[in-house]
Parts: sequence; C-alpha cells; structure tokens
Amino acid sequence: MHLVLFLIFAGFCLAGAVNLLLQTHPINSALSLIVVMSSLAVLYLLLGAEFLAIAQIIVYAGAVMVLFTFVVMLLNVGEEERTHGSYAAKIVGFPAIFTVFAVITTVVLEARHRLGGVKLSDGITKTEDLSKVLFRDMLLPFELTSVLILVAILGAVALARKEGHS
Amino acid sequence: MDFHTVPTSWYLILSALLFSLGVIGFLIKRSLITVFMSIELMLNAVNLSFVTFAHEWHAVKGQIFVFFVMMVAAAEAAVGLAIIIAIFRARATLNVDQIDLMKL
Repeated sequence: MHLVLFLIFAGFCLAGAVNLLLQTHPINSALSLIVVMSSLAVLYLLLGAEFLAIAQIIVYAGAVMVLFTFVVMLLNVGEEERTHGSYAAKIVGFPAIFTVFAVITTVVLEARHRLGGVKLSDGITKTEDLSKVLFRDMLLPFELTSVLILVAILGAVALARKEGHS
Repeated sequence: MDFHTVPTSWYLILSALLFSLGVIGFLIKRSLITVFMSIELMLNAVNLSFVTFAHEWHAVKGQIFVFFVMMVAAAEAAVGLAIIIAIFRARATLNVDQIDLMKL
C-alpha cells in the first residue's frame, strides 16, 4: 500500500517537475509546480509529518503559488523566447549538476543498508511535540523569523510601488 | 517484495532528482519567472530530504528546520516577485538574456 502510494505521488512529482521544464508559457509552469508541491505534501504525510503536509499545502501550494500566478497574469507574460542560453551553462553547468546527482545517488545507495525503511504504521509526529520544541528550544529563531517576514513585507511594498506616488 | 515498506534511500534519491531538475530548469529556462520557480523547486527538494532524515532518526528538529525554510521561502518569494515587477517596469521584458545589467 505504502509502496503504491509512494510510486504514484513520486511519479506525479517527477512528471510535474519535467513538465515545468518543457512548458514554454509561465502559467503552465506555475500549474505544474502546484502539482509538484501538492504531491510533496502527500509524501510528507507518508513520512508522518502531518503539520508540515498541511503547511506545505497552505503556504506553498496556496500562498506562494497564488503570488506567482498573480504576477504572471499582472505582467501579462507571453511565451518565452527560445535562445541559445549561455555557453558556460552548457559546458560547466550540465556536467556539474550530473556529477552532483551521481555523487548523491552513489552515497545514498552505498548507505542504503544502514538506512531503514518507511512504513505507514510508523506513527506520526504530533503537532503538540513539534510546538513544544518550537516554542521552548527554538523560541528566539521563531521570533527572529517574524522580524524577517516584517522586513520582507516592507521590502516588497517598497520595491513594487510605482515611482512618483510617494 | 514487501509492499508495506519503502526504503528511505528512495525518498533521498527522489529528492536528489527533483533538485537536479530544479538546477537544469535554472540553467535552460529563459523567462525570469520560470527561473524563480526552479529555485522554489530546489527548496522543496531539500525540504523533502530534511523530512526524510527527520523520520529516519526520529528527530523533531528536522521538521522544525523545514518549517523555517518554508517561512524564509515565503518571504523570499514576496521580495523576489516585487523585484521582478520592478525589473519589468524598467525594461518591459522578462527575458534573462536582456537583463544583464545590475543598473535599472
């Protein structure tokens, strides 16, 4: 059961990510990214992270992607033009990312006997336990993040404001 | 084959695959907005490996870290999209080949 669920949603994830690369219109790429993020939320549930699964849907698939689609529609972006791209990306970039992927895969496959497995019966991390750690051990980082978000809101408003309407 | 257990390594390899697809998107896409989406894809891939390791070692702090990454990513998306709007106002294009000066 778990294997079937994993294969279905990992397939959705990869298909969405590949579709993001293949589409030429940004709105289609944005919709594929929503598919990727929603399937990732299901994978988080399979891993027992219920709070993160819901936060993933609300924050990423909801808020962030609504922002993306709003900007795509606001700027009326058309199809992207196909150009050659940079030669540095071709010569250095693709071999480099292939090497990184090969190294990560090799390391993970070497260590696969020491890593365990994931079962549906493993139980979930309760939001209660999460909040205990968050509000006791991690209180200062949590409060600092609220300052960060305030700064980001002010920065976004200042950047997106039209010139001359002060 | 045990249908009830998925090896942890599969989740990690899925995460590596998504990250690589994000980097490839960053390199080949020519629209500024899609390049930004590829960055979000990379952040999501890293979050998946955080959650996987948190499950593997029963460490709640791994999930807390994902929570922080999500908050920072939301702030980053707001500022990044505001920058994209400002660039579009100044240049009237989102093609990354034509946006190669720091000066507006």
